[in-house]
Amino acid sequence: MIITVSGEKKEYNDGLTVKQLIEAEEVESPLYVTVTVNDNFVKSDEFETALIKDGDVVEFLYFMGGGC
Amino acid sequence: MAIRLKRSDYQKMLNHAVSGLPDEACGLLGGTISENGDKVVKAIYPLTNIDHSSEHFSMDPKEQLASVRDMRQNGWVPLGNFHSHPESPSRPSDEDKRLAYDKTASYLILSLQNRTEPVLNAFHIEGGDAVQETIVYDEA
Repeated sequence: MIITVSGEKKEYNDGLTVKQLIEAEEVESPLYVTVTVNDNFVKSDEFETALIKDGDVVEFLYFMGGGC
Repeated sequence: MAIRLKRSDYQKMLNHAVSGLPDEACGLLGGTISENGDKVVKAIYPLTNIDHSSEHFSMDPKEQLASVRDMRQNGWVPLGNFHSHPESPSRPSDEDKRLAYDKTASYLILSLQNRTEPVLNAFHIEGGDAVQETIVYDEA
């Protein structure tokens, strides 16, 4: 299947989960990454079960916050 | 390595921070990386602090996503982020260091502790250590 990851078209096998994609893309600090699929935010407790489908658009975002 | 920031973008950042008072304000920096490694800021993206707090900030993830897409459309890359410290100095707090997950980012902190003399500093934060980066201001 062809998906778009962070703006780039990529080919992956069917049946890919969000967690597997995070690992395959070697995302840094994966515990703190936020994932959207087709602009929908995926809950972190669904990373292991949420499947990526052909044509999906995936983005990785880091939580950005802090305090004074 | 230096961060090159237009005076007009600094002013935009300052306006966002002042208009957000008493809360902390935050946003992203997009631009290019020059051959000598300088980060050249092309755009400032003022974002909503969804914590609406004077002591904490979290960037709105939807606005974050829209900003990253705008950068991509313009051929830019995310260079870092900024946030204000309404009542404390321009240095990373323990919480800032703990939540600095992106070691490629520059973390800019705008102190409004002295309202008449704001102070902006930039930092590289990795492994809990913060190293100050140089900001070079360009006219325009």
